[in-house]
Amino acid sequence: MTGASENAVPEPGAQLPALTVPVTRTLIVAGAIASRDYQDVHHDPELARAKGSPDVFMNILTTNGLVGRYVTDHFGPAAVLRRVVIRLGVPNYPGDTMVLSGTVTEVDGETVRIGVRGENRLGTHVTGTVTLTVLAPASSSGS
Amino acid sequence: MLSEREDELGARLKEFEGRAAAVAGVGKDPVNAPMIRHWCEAMGDTNPAYTGPDAIAPPTMLQAWTMAGLSGQAGPPGGTEAFGELLALLDAAGCTSVVATDCEQEYVRPLRPGDIVTFDAVIESVSDRKTTKLGTGYFVTTRTDVRVGTELAGTHRFRILKYAPTPRMSRKGRKEGPSSHRRPRPRPVVNRDNAGFWEGVERGRLLIQRCTGCGTLRHPWLPGCNACGCLEWDTVESSGEGTVFSYVVMHHPPFPAFDPPYAVVLVELAEGVRMVSNVVGVAYDKVRIGMPVEAEFRRYGTDAGAGDESPFVLPVFRAREGS
Repeated sequence: MTGASENAVPEPGAQLPALTVPVTRTLIVAGAIASRDYQDVHHDPELARAKGSPDVFMNILTTNGLVGRYVTDHFGPAAVLRRVVIRLGVPNYPGDTMVLSGTVTEVDGETVRIGVRGENRLGTHVTGTVTLTVLAPASSSGS
Repeated sequence: MLSEREDELGARLKEFEGRAAAVAGVGKDPVNAPMIRHWCEAMGDTNPAYTGPDAIAPPTMLQAWTMAGLSGQAGPPGGTEAFGELLALLDAAGCTSVVATDCEQEYVRPLRPGDIVTFDAVIESVSDRKTTKLGTGYFVTTRTDVRVGTELAGTHRFRILKYAPTPRMSRKGRKEGPSSHRRPRPRPVVNRDNAGFWEGVERGRLLIQRCTGCGTLRHPWLPGCNACGCLEWDTVESSGEGTVFSYVVMHHPPFPAFDPPYAVVLVELAEGVRMVSNVVGVAYDKVRIGMPVEAEFRRYGTDAGAGDESPFVLPVFRAREGS
């Protein structure tokens, strides 16, 4: 979270530090339930297998939450999420590790756009774009 | 499987575009601190904006407030008959599995504890029939407008794939259900132009077409010569010896009769023509360009219960000693 308060408006091309997310069974189930998604493929391995999946897998709402968290972790509590757009690729299965990375793609005043990508050992789990508003430092004269 | 043009189901599904998927849905719980805390714990989100007296809900929770939860597996609160009908049509067509592929959320106003969420959803689009590695089906996109009172709090566009799952391949050592019996190997497609080739294969001979006009050898079999246009031809029998000219290893997508990974090779025969086939006697990951191989004839369709009317022969290539 360093830099978020001193220099709230980043430069296009700046990289966000990567976030490594251990994809535990607990995270998958806790995320599904916290998002009120009771689809059996997100908590019941037997039923997930019966549907052709090797195991339970992370639901899209959890991925969405993690992508949002990844960006706000970096920009701090004053940053406001405006838009989160994600597309899923390969599933997040228990025992995997997802590494989230992000690049500032666009800066327009206080509006910042971040390209986000989450990779696990099967490939790309998620690609997305997060748009947020970062408040310019209060002491700055603004631009 | 119907072709895209004959996709009558797709045409019926398209009629649902623009119809309501949910009308005047009401969130089962008002926005509340305990659900926010559970969410933050699950996500590992320690953002202080989500705690304390001025807490807002994490914006990415938008959809969670509209979810039916365990008590509403039949559909979302406020779900319409039209949406139920759309899903039922897909279920009836064998598209019984569902996977979410896209989520686009826009946050207009933060949600705070005490806010009562209402929502309306529309079926924005239904795709043409698509075949993915999961199976064949249709992408259904809905857009949900989430409000507090009359104020728009956010919009949520959600895309699911409703699909008929592709049967999973059996892998060595993995236990499979009784329905997973290996499907029979596809039979060669024999026509007037290539019948001579397959007759040769049945007798254990690899026949190459030769133009009687200019002597050029050709494979696969064709009615005329690419070099001189002559329509007359005879055959020469290949020695069956060749080398791997190129190869690919198939992992995805799996086909019912095959057990990936396996190598598909392009063999250059000693006579100079090339032929696509499988390679035997060597692990898929040990196949190399230049590897010497020789033709071998294998009989397929003899498995009891494989459902074939009659066995048939295919040429394959065996890696030669010393390779």
